[in-house]
Amino acid sequence: MAPPSPLMRGSKGLLLMLCCAVVIVPFLSVVSTSLASPAEVTAAGGYVLWPSQPSLDAYRAIFAGGVVTRALLVSVGITVVGTTLSLACTTLLAYSLSRPGSFGSKPVLMIVLFTLLFSPGMIPMYLLIKQLGLLDSYWSLILPGLISGFLVIIMRGFFLDLPGELFDAARIDGANEVQTLLRIVVPLSKAVMAVVGLFMAVAYWNAFFSALLYINDTDKWPLQLVLRSYVVNDTPVGAEGFVGEVAPPQQSLQMAILVVSLIPIVLVYPFLQRHFAKGMLIGAVKG
Amino acid sequence: MLGLPGLAVVVLFNYVPLLGNVIAFKDYVPYVGILESPWVGWQNFQVIFNGDPEFLTALSNTLIISLVQIAFVFPVPIALALLLNSLVSERIKRVVQSVLYLPHFMSWVVVVAIFQHMLGNAGLLNSWLRSQELVTLPIIGNPDLFIGLITSQVIWKDAGWGTIIFLAALSNIDVQLYEAAAVDGASRLRQLWHVTLPGIRSVIFLMLILKLGDVLTVGFEQILLQQGPVGLHASEVLDTYVYRNGVLSGDWGVAAAVGLVKGLVGVMLVLGANRLAHVFGERGVYSR
Repeated sequence: MAPPSPLMRGSKGLLLMLCCAVVIVPFLSVVSTSLASPAEVTAAGGYVLWPSQPSLDAYRAIFAGGVVTRALLVSVGITVVGTTLSLACTTLLAYSLSRPGSFGSKPVLMIVLFTLLFSPGMIPMYLLIKQLGLLDSYWSLILPGLISGFLVIIMRGFFLDLPGELFDAARIDGANEVQTLLRIVVPLSKAVMAVVGLFMAVAYWNAFFSALLYINDTDKWPLQLVLRSYVVNDTPVGAEGFVGEVAPPQQSLQMAILVVSLIPIVLVYPFLQRHFAKGMLIGAVKG
Repeated sequence: MLGLPGLAVVVLFNYVPLLGNVIAFKDYVPYVGILESPWVGWQNFQVIFNGDPEFLTALSNTLIISLVQIAFVFPVPIALALLLNSLVSERIKRVVQSVLYLPHFMSWVVVVAIFQHMLGNAGLLNSWLRSQELVTLPIIGNPDLFIGLITSQVIWKDAGWGTIIFLAALSNIDVQLYEAAAVDGASRLRQLWHVTLPGIRSVIFLMLILKLGDVLTVGFEQILLQQGPVGLHASEVLDTYVYRNGVLSGDWGVAAAVGLVKGLVGVMLVLGANRLAHVFGERGVYSR
């Protein structure tokens, strides 16, 4: 094949660089504003693209107030508990659906597949949570999203691809289903479980509407709702607990909260990125 | 059975709520309860049958936004995937991918906040315009630009992520086809038309079907977050209509009725679009 002309290659490179800049520049500006000094924010008329004297005052201020700290703890708790339970239930369900001849696996598979076609709707969901007495309970944020039919199907596809000889060998050695799962299947499926688990974690971390719907008590708000009230709706961020000369400007405080909400995502992203191309696609093509 | 806890959750949170739709036919009063509330027949569906103006606004906004997004959002990942696929250097490709996938993992709250911070009245763009003594652009909170704004947000957030499935399809095209085309003297453009696009046609169809099935659902969280300054006339969609009438105003029956009809039509759209795919000889979401 003839190599593309230099003009073609140049314009392609330029286009892709532009695409990347459109993603990177906003993040850069968010971080810069959170670190900028009050004088700089005033001089720039709001937001800053590059701080000349970075300071962590804004971060000290938001963690002194207590609201952000509490919301952060709530979000971390929901994400950790939710992801653990979700991964456990999804693995067990996917595994039992992948074993030939396990009792009732055909109808159960249909029940799971069918959920991909419809969603129960907001009002019936609200009524159910209310009937179960879960309003204002953290369980209302964890349980409804525990099983995603899509992820079950992906994991089942992966389990089905494991060589059958392994299961035969385990059976001959006298392993029961639980032992087979823990000793054979899980160690071989670490990659897919990691990817699925991280997707669950990101979903729990980012959830915003379920909390708006089910949690009325503002003391129980997760970080996304606090972020909405401070950053999107412009509720003034209190900095009463801040000890220092000049309280950081609102813009810096808002952007600091935004950065805090992004840190977990940025931390898991490289790991996620390394695995999802492999794990997800194998599952998606099979599913 | 090991799958029992998972199965219980699926049934409890996917199937049991369907029973709650019964209040679409009732005058539901929370403290009386679902069972004791009086039956009212089809009365709650009157907003749909009689064309209540608020409902019609929500419906038409939903359809307009959906169609605009199918026209302007859907092709972007395909173009981007073609562009990425034509890169020779694997390393550059991987770096660009990591950057472009990142916004997908941000919550809508974060994306909306970032857009306000870039394009809002006190945002980066307008502060710069002001410092150059130019006219500022009222982008955020402007009803006329609302559809454009939310569409560009969807592109910013998910266009990169959307390339994954097309890139996978592109990598499955047999290299020999390109070689044969090149031997036959096909230019790069003709190779694109005769080899690449036919090679990913079935995936494009599949994704379009899924989109069509979702035509009544448009970025609920995204729109809910930005409705305040824009006003309902430009921004009310079916999901926000259900939320406002049901949860906020306590008009539970009407909200449930609209939600129920929306859900039923949605399932029919998915099945219909799938049928359509089979007619055109494509694989569809599920096989027959």
